[in-house]
Formats: sequence, C-alpha cells, structure tokens
Amino acid sequence: MPGDTVSVIRPRTYEEAASAVRDCAARGAVARGGPGRAYGDAARNSGGTVLDMTGLDRVHVVDADEGIVLCGSGVLLHRLAELMLPLGWFVPVAPATGRATVGGAIGADVHGGNHPVSGSFSHHVLSLELLTADGEVRTVKPGTELFAATAGGMGLTGVILTATIRLLPVETAYLTVDTERAADLDDLMARLTDGDHRRYGCARIDLTARGADTGRAVLTRADHTPLDALRTGTRAWRHPLSCRPRRRPPALALLSGGLPGSLLGRTSAGLLGGLRYRTAPRARSGELRPLSADFPALAAPQGTRRTGCVRYRFAVGHGQEETLHRIVRRLAAYRCGSFHAVLQPLGDTDAGWLSFPLPGWTLALDIPAALPGLAGFLDGLDEEVAAAGGRVCLAEDSRLRPGLLTTMYPRAADFRTLRARLDPRGVFVSDLARRLDL
Amino acid sequence: MKDAFGLPQSLLVLGGTSEIALATARRLIARRTRTVWLAGRPSPALEQAAESLRALGADARTVTFDALDPESHETVLGKVFAEGDIDLVLLAFGVLGDQAQDERDPVRAVQVAQTNYTGAVSAGLVAAGALQTQGHGSLVVLSSAAGERARRADFIYGSSKAGLDAFTQGLGDALHGTGAHVMVVRPGYTRAEGPLTTTPEAVATAIELGLRRRSEVVWVPGALRLVMAALRHTPRALFRRLPL
Ligand SMILES: Cc1cc2nc3c(=O)[nH]c(=O)nc-3n(C[C@H](O)[C@H](O)[C@H](O)COP(=O)(O)OP(=O)(O)OC[C@H]3O[C@@H](n4cnc5c(N)ncnc54)[C@H](O)[C@@H]3O)c2cc1C
Repeated sequence: MPGDTVSVIRPRTYEEAASAVRDCAARGAVARGGPGRAYGDAARNSGGTVLDMTGLDRVHVVDADEGIVLCGSGVLLHRLAELMLPLGWFVPVAPATGRATVGGAIGADVHGGNHPVSGSFSHHVLSLELLTADGEVRTVKPGTELFAATAGGMGLTGVILTATIRLLPVETAYLTVDTERAADLDDLMARLTDGDHRRYGCARIDLTARGADTGRAVLTRADHTPLDALRTGTRAWRHPLSCRPRRRPPALALLSGGLPGSLLGRTSAGLLGGLRYRTAPRARSGELRPLSADFPALAAPQGTRRTGCVRYRFAVGHGQEETLHRIVRRLAAYRCGSFHAVLQPLGDTDAGWLSFPLPGWTLALDIPAALPGLAGFLDGLDEEVAAAGGRVCLAEDSRLRPGLLTTMYPRAADFRTLRARLDPRGVFVSDLARRLDL
Repeated sequence: MKDAFGLPQSLLVLGGTSEIALATARRLIARRTRTVWLAGRPSPALEQAAESLRALGADARTVTFDALDPESHETVLGKVFAEGDIDLVLLAFGVLGDQAQDERDPVRAVQVAQTNYTGAVSAGLVAAGALQTQGHGSLVVLSSAAGERARRADFIYGSSKAGLDAFTQGLGDALHGTGAHVMVVRPGYTRAEGPLTTTPEAVATAIELGLRRRSEVVWVPGALRLVMAALRHTPRALFRRLPL
C-alpha cells in the first residue's frame, strides 16, 4: 500500500543478511527482490524490516556443459539470461518481467508461457540455501517438506541466499514467433490446446468484444529457433547466440505500458484493447525475434506494474472452461477496460504447497482501481473461482479475502503448521501474511 | 491488514455507540472487516451495539473507554493494539450539549469541550502513536461542518469541533510519510432533514470511498465543501443575520 513504512536493509553478505534477521524488531522481516515491483503485498512488511536481496547478485559457479548455475538469490533473471545465452543456455522459466530475481522467482514459484512444457520455476531448482528464523542456513533439496513450503512460500519460511538451477539449452538467441487471431474464447482455447508442441503460448483477450465475439484474442506462440532454421549469411546466422540489448518497444506497447492506470479510464483502456486486436495480423508465422532482455516475446508484451491498477490473476482447472467463459463474459459486461487480459494454459501442479499453477488456465488482468464497485466485483469473481476449484495467485494479490485461502490452497494448513514449527516467534512476516493469516 | 482498496480487516471505534460509527462498522463488515473493538463507557447500549455487529458475523468486543479520563487512554488503547494490528481507528465520540443550558452553566460547557476536544487530543495521540509503530493504518476523525464557522446556535459544540478539526489536520501532517494515514470527516447535520444534511449511512459510504482514495478531508454531503467555503468568508454582520 502506498506510504507504508519499512526499514529496508540491503545485505551484501550472508552474514549481513543473518544479522538483519537476528536484529529485526517485533514486526519481523521479509525478503524482497527489489523495490516496489511486486503487484501484491507479499514483499511488504509495514512497520518492520524488508531485506532487499539485490545486493546478493553474484553468480558463483557455472557448469557450462550441464547448464547448471549456482548463484545468489538477488540475481535478476534477465541478467542470468544475458550471461548464459552466449553459452547456449536460457532461464528455464521466464515470467513476463525480466526484473524478477532468482529468490523472488522461487519465493513466488513463478510460471511462464511455457508452463505446460516446463512447469514452474522451482521445478528447475536443484538445491537452495535458506536462512531460517533460528539463524541457521539450511540446504534445502526438492522432495522435502521444507522445499515444498519454500517454493511459492512467499518468503515466509526464510531468506533464500543461493540457489542451484538447471537451465534450458538453446541453439540460438532467437524465438520463432507465430501470431494469429482467435475469433472467440472457444476458438482460442481450442487453438491453445490443439496438440501443439511449441514451448510458449499465451493470448491477449480483447475485453471490449461482447456477444458472439466475447473472448476474441490475439494468440502468440513461440519456440526457440534451432540453428538450422536461421538463414545463412544473416547477422543472426553469424552470431546465433549473441544477446542483443532490449529493443525499443513499439508505440502501442509504449502507450499502454507508460501511462498510469489512473489516467486511463474505462473507455480509453478498452479502446486500446480493441485496437490491439484489430491491428494484429490475422495470421503471421515464423517471425524471428531476438530473445531480448525483458522476455517480452515469451509472454504478452508489457512493461512494468501500472500505478492505479489492481492486478487480478486466477487459475481454473481443465473441465472448468464454463467458469472461464462466465468470468470473461462478466468482465466484458463490467466494461472494466483492462489494458491487459492475458490467458495462458497451465500444465501439471507443482510441488510447492502454495504454488499457484494447476492444470488448466490462468487469466491475468490489470484493472483501473478507481472503477466503481470494483472491490465487490472482484470478490464475486473470487467466489466463482473458488467454487470451481480454482485459485487466485498470491504473488500478484493484494485483496483476497482470508476466508477463501484454504479453499483455494488446500495445503495451506500444512504450510501454517510447518511455519509454526520452523518459526515459532513469527520472525518472517509480510503484509500478505497478515492479511491472509498465513 | 487493509487490502488494495483500503478496506480494513480490523476496526477500533472510540465512541462505540455512535450511530455514524456503527453504520460505518456495518458497511465495513459487509466488505472485509472481521474484528471490531467498540470502546466506550460500559452500558447496555454498548453491549447491544456489539451484539448487533456479531449478528453480522464480526468478532465484536467491547472495551471500557472514557474520553473524560485521558490518563487511562494509554493503557486502554495499548491493550487493544497489543492483541493485533488495527487497520482503522474511528474516533467517533462527542457530545452535542445543550447550547442554551451550557451557556448558563459553564461547568457543563467545559464538559462538552473536554469530551469533544481534550479527550480526542489524548486518544488521538495515543492511537496515532500505535499506528505509527505498526507502520500502517488509518485514523478517521469525525469532525463536523459546525466546526468550520461558529454559529450563534451552537458555538460551544462548534468551537470544540473546530479545535478537534485543527488538531486532526496537524496530526495528519505529523504522520505523513510514516505509513499511518489521518482523515478528517466533516458531516453536515445528521439529525435534521434538508439539503445539506446527511445520514449515518451516507457518512459511512463517504468514509469507505475516502479510505480507498486515501483522502485527507471528506465532506458529507460533498456540496458542503463549497457552501461552507462561502459561509466562512461571509462578513460577520451578514452572517449573524443568516437563518442558520
Ligand atoms: C510486469 C509483471 C509481470 C509478471 N508476470 C508474471 C508471470 O508471467 N508469471 C508469474 O508467475 N509471475 C509474474 N509476475 C509476478 C512476479 O514474477 C513475481 O512477483 C516475482 O516473484 C517477482 O520477483 P521479485 O524478485 O521482484 O520478488 P518480489 O516480488 O520482491 O518477491 C516475491 C515473493 O518472493 C519472496 N522473496 C523474494 N526474494 C526472496 C528471497 N531471496 N528469499 C526468500 N523469499 C524471497 C518475497 O518475500 C515475496 O513473497 C509479474 C510481475 C510483474 C510486475
């Protein structure tokens, strides 16, 4: 929330991190990946201490043959990608922002447009070092309870100091991108699940469309470009693995990404959605795009968190397509004019007790917070999502009602038990934890 | 913890039988609020108020609080805050007094001032300190349009609200940047009918909107802001003759 006070400590060594945790006062501490980038209140701790982890940004060990790195938790994902691309490796899971840290990616167990193929981030973590409330540093391996509580545990089990991650092999630093238009939601879901084996897939829904067009969308799918697909003699062919700096975004993306949500009302935001649909090519395939720093090609193009907007991300399982339909219809009828309504397919559930992905679909929206009745409207959506066995994403949440948490996350009780044992004094706490009584 | 819309989960009402406060509590319980502390002098009315909120599903508790006993405020409020974070403190106690009688009995007049102003100074400072330590939360103070300019008909009450209003504004500035937020609410008359009067429910609605916007001053109804701005600058000779 705006204006909440915290004392921010930016440890540069593990000892500094440990003493910050030891010395934090009654209102506890929580780690964060960087200042003010998160959508929700998971990395906030009003009146308490926040550990900004971006000082622990060293890559310690690189196994270039196996594609394994051991690095500090403060390393930004796009930095890791830039470092490893020339060696033929890419981050295994890229959320729609490259500015997330390795620690934040594990803490929120982020997913990308490749979830059905690759799972979420923690799936690729071989081991991590966790500073717990008792001041100890534990090595945590997949398959243990502590790992399951920490992956997606929103920083509440401790501070991740380092992580060993297995990367994704790539032959080039390019993506082959296909863009097409889907006429409505059924068409869209059919295309997203047509047995396609491309790695990345997501769609931008035009919420201005109503009636028979409801759910029409621009669908983007991509795969890493194999070496032999590059045209000989081109720059890409000569330097297949060179990582180019981020391109300037096209004007439309700049417009939607650069304006605060509070300035754009329902109408203008809606117009933008419609315009985006109409200006998209009906079908374009095989477009070569460099894997640039902020991963825009891997998910829908977007920039940073918008001020004045509320983020809503939920998932519902396969078989609940009717719920998805109903929610999209309700959103279209509400004329919320979201700048950003992105649908992605999700694959298998991940190990983390509070991990968000479940096999099905996730839809993310940015909605201007000032819209009348929005709080109640979103509460209504929560009810539908929960009744369908779905859930709201904790990493991007700032408004879920605590009563629905255990319905959405059945392992929340285990999480609470483990936390009570691991951290009896409640050293690790965040505004999210206070709100949802985690 | 309050949510992205500024809706509180826990509420402390100072002056637990206030109609406006109870209307606000009911509205907030329908949203997010689960825990409500009603602070006031022990009375059946206070217990009844708590019971009515429990019926709505809230965990409502009462706590003994006397505006006229500032020495006790630190202890009483300290206990409430020790039980858990308070997202919203609603300072809603106050007495109207009886202008005609109070003019004749200065001791009674002083009681109005002590309740409405002195009591609020100490309770407001204690609550503000607790919110500041907490690093988040709002203090909403019910002032009155009557505090904007003293009228012949109720200047004892009006002056106490004027003092409260000025105090609250200053407190808001003092807390700026600490995470805690202070909002002054200036309702028109809730006990009469007419163009610039209001109802407890309308005040509650305005408070909810103010919390979402993190407003610092809220007039209810909103039109009062302009009317009072005009009245404030009306020459005394003319003001005296206005049928207010
Ligand atoms: C534009 C944008 C697009 C996004 N798109 C996606 C997306 O496609 N998929 C997705 O899954 N998410 C997405 N997110 C959410 C984002 O990926 C997560 O919030 C991510 O965790 C941010 O990383 P961060 O390093 O900034 O962590 P923060 O946001 O600072 O923290 C996230 C959580 O991890 C914890 N944490 C951070 N560092 C550590 C550490 N070292 N040790 C222990 N806990 C730690 C924090 O306490 C917090 O609970 C998006 C966010 C933005 C702003």
